[in-house]
Amino acid sequence: MYRILKMRQLTPVTRLYVVDAPLVARSAQPGQFIILRVGATGERIPITITDFDREAGTVTIVVQEVGKTTKWLAQLGEGDYIHDFAGPLGSPVELPAQGRVALVGGGFGTGAILTIAKALHGRPGITVDAIVGARNQDLLILADEVSANVDRFLACTDDGSYGYKGFVTGVLQEKIKAEEGYDLVIAVGPMPMMRAVAEVTRPYAIYTLASMDPIMLDGTGMCGACRVRVGGENRFACVDGPCFDAHKVDFEEVTRRTKMYKAEEKAALEHFEHQHEHEHECQCKKTAAVR
Amino acid sequence: MAKMKRDRHPMPLLDAAVRVNRFDEVALGYTLEMAIEEAQRCLKCKNPTCEIGCPVQSPVKDFVALLAEGKVAESVKRLREVNRLPAICGRVCPQEEQCESKCVMGVKFEPVAIGRLERFVADWERQHGFGELEPVASRGVKVAVVGAGPAGLTCAGDLAALGYQVTVFEALHAAGGVLMYGIPEFRLPKEIVETDVRRLEEMGVEFRYNVLVGRTVTIDDLMEKDGYSAVFIGTGAGLPKFMGIPGENYSGVYSANEFLTRINLLRAYKFPEYDTPLKVGKRVAVIGAGNTAMDSVRTALRVGAEQAMIVYRRTEHEMTARREEFEHAEEEGVQFNFLTNPVEILANEDGWVTGLKCVKMELGEPDESGRRKPVTVKGSEFVMPVDTVIMALGTTPNPILLRTTPGLQSNKWGCVVADPETGATTRPGVFAGGDAVTGAATVILAMGAGQKAARAIHEYLEKQAAVHA
Repeated sequence: MYRILKMRQLTPVTRLYVVDAPLVARSAQPGQFIILRVGATGERIPITITDFDREAGTVTIVVQEVGKTTKWLAQLGEGDYIHDFAGPLGSPVELPAQGRVALVGGGFGTGAILTIAKALHGRPGITVDAIVGARNQDLLILADEVSANVDRFLACTDDGSYGYKGFVTGVLQEKIKAEEGYDLVIAVGPMPMMRAVAEVTRPYAIYTLASMDPIMLDGTGMCGACRVRVGGENRFACVDGPCFDAHKVDFEEVTRRTKMYKAEEKAALEHFEHQHEHEHECQCKKTAAVR
Repeated sequence: MAKMKRDRHPMPLLDAAVRVNRFDEVALGYTLEMAIEEAQRCLKCKNPTCEIGCPVQSPVKDFVALLAEGKVAESVKRLREVNRLPAICGRVCPQEEQCESKCVMGVKFEPVAIGRLERFVADWERQHGFGELEPVASRGVKVAVVGAGPAGLTCAGDLAALGYQVTVFEALHAAGGVLMYGIPEFRLPKEIVETDVRRLEEMGVEFRYNVLVGRTVTIDDLMEKDGYSAVFIGTGAGLPKFMGIPGENYSGVYSANEFLTRINLLRAYKFPEYDTPLKVGKRVAVIGAGNTAMDSVRTALRVGAEQAMIVYRRTEHEMTARREEFEHAEEEGVQFNFLTNPVEILANEDGWVTGLKCVKMELGEPDESGRRKPVTVKGSEFVMPVDTVIMALGTTPNPILLRTTPGLQSNKWGCVVADPETGATTRPGVFAGGDAVTGAATVILAMGAGQKAARAIHEYLEKQAAVHA
């Protein structure tokens, strides 16, 4: 069991958790992820590591509520326990010793670029731009933390409520054209965003990494569910990834594969919400009976 | 003397029509009367060859003799002195190739049903309560075991019995390895594995879950920072193989590992009570014909497939599955397509599997495995309409540990190089055994390797202590 030491609500549907996991913290590297199970009947889900503190023995993750597991997790607060928290998993992302780097984060993916920004921060010969996007200002997460660890913090919102109006790809395109470009681009976020980033950098042949988030069970190389076609070859995201050369990833296939259980995910969520309504009703009845 | 019974007592089975709809154990086990009667068939050979046939040298003669006298408690106690997982071995060992193949009764008649007797005494013990453990003086020396599968559990138990302070590091959230994620409930109830693990805990073995050695901690960490004097690697062979044919990434294509893990470890058959989902179509093809293929195809029937079939490029005679598993599968209505080789998986426009394109094969000259090599029949291509494909083609060892452990040598198959007698690797103090060393094999061979390594670790640590004394 792994104790939640701190919980911070970042947006109405996004939370940050600082979890007591000393062994994970001791070995964590940028680009890696953990697999958690909220309770004994839960599924195993992969979550990218946002931050870690080796001395305090803590690992920070950012989770957005999308389905049953993440909504279940959202019910936990400080002092509560997560049943299983395995990691760090995956290969660390290989970071350059010098050059110009752009870290592109979309939605809750912005949390995941923090650990990479921190690792690069202060390295001589490296300049880092963070290009982060959200639908509006309220949904932009960890802006202070990320901007404190990069040379330039370039935010954009779909509605223009903060920073540039438009998508991260627009800003990326502009910076590549107007300036000398980048030596490395790392994209973390929703699949369509990472795919679009790959298309922006492809004509310029800028080495681009995308952090894959396929379906995964064990996260140790055992199930093969996370296989992603990279350059025509099957690679396991949990062993060889999660970061792969974005110009070689078959995004169409991986996007289709992540939707395999859409109907079941919906059913699980409905089951969960129904159970909760029911519990809520029961409590109301109990209260009424006491009165 | 009463006339010797020529035939062994048959195993009572759950009716095929009933069992195919549920996960209840298929083999029901002997009653006390059946067990005693069967045990009395033993000839009590002066030189019990059956014991030589056992990879862990279980004391077959003794435990069967005690059982024949009706002394069940003594019988299981004697067995457990050597074999830490008798309820598991009694169920999943290929006895027909091991102890029972060497039984003298088997020369003229049917061999004594040693496996069924082993299972009986172990089940009896579980139902009647375990005896008190004899206290062992602690040596105050720490040993790490990597992987809680059959090799690791055996090694841990043997070392704990010698007074070592053993910690088992397991990557998943439960102990048992393939016994938990691979072998289905209807062949090995999970409660049995959990009971054996609890027994090890009572002996003082500590289990640390969610620790992937090689990522969470390295072997260097364990030995240099965390004070472990020796390490046993029993990480198994967990990486699934695929065929490399077109269409393998379509939705509806599983590795047997994924399919079985969803169901066995994560209980997807109880969705939505359990959160892990599973999608199984109406017509399921399982490629391969080993025990994992039989487990997969029989499981498919239990989770709603209307038709489940084996697709295998050789014939019934080359299958590696146990005869018993093949027969149980046939009784349950599994279809067998022999001399059939898949060449492509077909899908609809949404990427869901619709068919398996195959060619017919015929047997040619023997290959390096001694089995006749299947050759394609020209112009025999056809499409089998299926909506789920499960690849049960075998597994290879996980590369993570080797990549992160300097000084540990591997061979060209990615297996850890270790002495077959001691498990000693190329790194002092680090031992290995089971599938991680041999490639995918059986539970009992892994247990044998764990047992040998425990002895070798004990010798190594004694020597170390003498040097430093």
